[in-house]
Amino acid sequence: MDVRAQLSMSFSLDKCIGCHTCSVSCKNVWTTRQGAEYMWWNNVETKPGCGYPLAWEDQDRYKGGWELTSSGSLRLKLLKGPGKLRTLANIFFQPNLPTIDDYYEPFTFDYDNLFNAPAGDDQPTARPKSLLTGEFMDKIVLGPNWDDDFGGSPLYATNDPNLKGLSDSQKLCLTQFHKLFYFYFPRICNHCGNPGCVASCPSGAIYKRGEDGIVLIDQDTCRAWRFCVSACPYKKPYFNWNNGKSEKCIFCYPRLETGQANACAHACTGRIRYVGVILYDADRIEETAKQPDDRLVEAMRDLILDPNDPAVIAGARANGLEDNWILAAQESPQYNLFKKWRIALPHHPEFRTVPMNYYIPPLSPILHQAKGDQGGTYDPENMEFFTDVELMRIPTKFLANILSAGNESVVIEALKKQMAVRMYIRQQRVGDLGDAKVQSALREVGLSEQDAVDINRLLALATFNERFVIPETHRESKTTVDPRTMYEKRGSVGFGVKKKEFLGRSW
Amino acid sequence: MNWDYMLFGIVPYIFVAIAVVGTIWRYTTNRYTWSSLSSEFLENKVLFFGSFPWHFGIILILIAHIIILFIPSALLAWNAVPARLYILEVAGLILGFLALVGLILFIYRRLTDSRVRAQTSSWDVLVLIVLLIQVVTGLANAIMYKWGSNWMAGSASPWFLSLWTLDPQVDYIANLPLVTKIHIFNAFVFILLIPFTRFVHFLAFWNPLTYMTRPYQIQRHYDRNAKTENIRQYK
Repeated sequence: MDVRAQLSMSFSLDKCIGCHTCSVSCKNVWTTRQGAEYMWWNNVETKPGCGYPLAWEDQDRYKGGWELTSSGSLRLKLLKGPGKLRTLANIFFQPNLPTIDDYYEPFTFDYDNLFNAPAGDDQPTARPKSLLTGEFMDKIVLGPNWDDDFGGSPLYATNDPNLKGLSDSQKLCLTQFHKLFYFYFPRICNHCGNPGCVASCPSGAIYKRGEDGIVLIDQDTCRAWRFCVSACPYKKPYFNWNNGKSEKCIFCYPRLETGQANACAHACTGRIRYVGVILYDADRIEETAKQPDDRLVEAMRDLILDPNDPAVIAGARANGLEDNWILAAQESPQYNLFKKWRIALPHHPEFRTVPMNYYIPPLSPILHQAKGDQGGTYDPENMEFFTDVELMRIPTKFLANILSAGNESVVIEALKKQMAVRMYIRQQRVGDLGDAKVQSALREVGLSEQDAVDINRLLALATFNERFVIPETHRESKTTVDPRTMYEKRGSVGFGVKKKEFLGRSW
Repeated sequence: MNWDYMLFGIVPYIFVAIAVVGTIWRYTTNRYTWSSLSSEFLENKVLFFGSFPWHFGIILILIAHIIILFIPSALLAWNAVPARLYILEVAGLILGFLALVGLILFIYRRLTDSRVRAQTSSWDVLVLIVLLIQVVTGLANAIMYKWGSNWMAGSASPWFLSLWTLDPQVDYIANLPLVTKIHIFNAFVFILLIPFTRFVHFLAFWNPLTYMTRPYQIQRHYDRNAKTENIRQYK
């Protein structure tokens, strides 16, 4: 057992209102530079939809993530056939690299014209202007949330790569006004346990931090080979076309190290995000990533260790974890959501990168179909308020394709648990369901009443400090930077963790 | 002191010295800018037909040049059989034309694609000019003055080797045609530009080679005494 700590984030999809406050706060903090305008380290997608970059989940096209070879070993999809030798063959031109047109051409508007246009008969306009070329654009054809709210669109929704395996009637519902569904899906880098970007980098510039599991790109070592962009199935490393370096979500580590929440999580108005420490067994990562599709979610749960187990605590101490980290792991919302209550699920586990961020599948709209002949309204007289989860409007198969490699049972389990908690709370507040029904619902999913209270507390009521349990890092005691220079290095730590001394000073 | 001695006996030392000092300077002070500045992300259609011919052509030609310059006897032994000489010359010519086609496509897309053009610096223009001169004069040598690999081993090689002993024998190349002299001098201009342009990217050529043997996953610790071993090697 090799106990390591991982900072991890969960998203309660039920509560995401698609306001993009997370994207904007991330953009304002990290990517308002030339070459980075098109990057959205955090973005919010509408599902079903094509996402950003377009149809990124279609790995037949982008070749991201890992695959199992016929001999049962793991290989990057990018390196099909000769394995690493393929990196040599494609070193001068990468056939699987997306271009900026798969994201969008970054643009601004000609605001100056609004102030400086000469007096005339017409109102001045602000025409779109490309940030790549500086020229006016005829038309903006794509953006980071271009299919926002287009849940019923025959162009975007029906081309979602996650629709495979859905019945024809379910697919038909996608575009029918009274039956369609959609929900929002916020995405950041998953800081995977078995990251494809790290494994593909010829320079060895990308690494997983041993202390907290954050995956970073050493900007001094990156040589613009761009393999990380292709190898990441989530398309979360981005290539900065201006300075020729790849960049990615850094989990706001300068904030986390001082105990603050990530910019995206802190700004979230829906309070859908949870950040905490989980302990995992690094020895079993490879074994986990090799599991068959229907076992993947369970294997990822097995990878997470119980922070109250004395053997785990001893292992964590042996690996240099400080007491505040172990304490944070014991109070972690992440452990409860993913492992204890089993209501959170990983994003596309079939990519086999062992993603470390989790999503609580959305329950609403809790109605299966509103009746079209009643103007699409819900009729409380004729229908039960809580329907069966299998009958709800969002097909469980669709959620399973996104969150559990097609394994519907774990999705249904997570939904039923949320439903049972709702029924329990409704019985307490309104009292119209009857104790027997609530108790049987709880028993069916194996939750105690205390669990239901705790889940409701965390999902609906939790305060800032309950949602974000973030231990501080004592960089002053463990750093490659000379502690005597901590004052002058403040604010710059991280870009190049290992600066060598040259001619008597560190550069 | 004549022009030949100036250009081929003194300037090479100056240019190489500037290149070496410049490389060390940039690597130690400004490693962040060390990049190939790839533009595939902005335009990948013309680049595909440019990059493959260019890189494979120019790298093989460069390796051949290095072998001839350092071990002329090996080359002369190979060329002793006429058939082998023809094979070498024709192969070199084909590779040279491959490189030329790739380079022309590079220049074409720099000029015509508005996104790539907006990203083009003066250094990039200089790089393309120097490369074009080099490839065109090289091909001109091969076509106008037959069996270049043979006479190169007897003229440029001894001069090149004499540079290393700090005793430049300029006489060896003094009587070479003007095209050849431009080719040789331009090669040193090319070396001079390495630390100051996107040429720095081929000083990272060992990256993909070390990648062949390293484990997939890398873990780094910021603890001063922590173990920094790689976590897993997948087969």
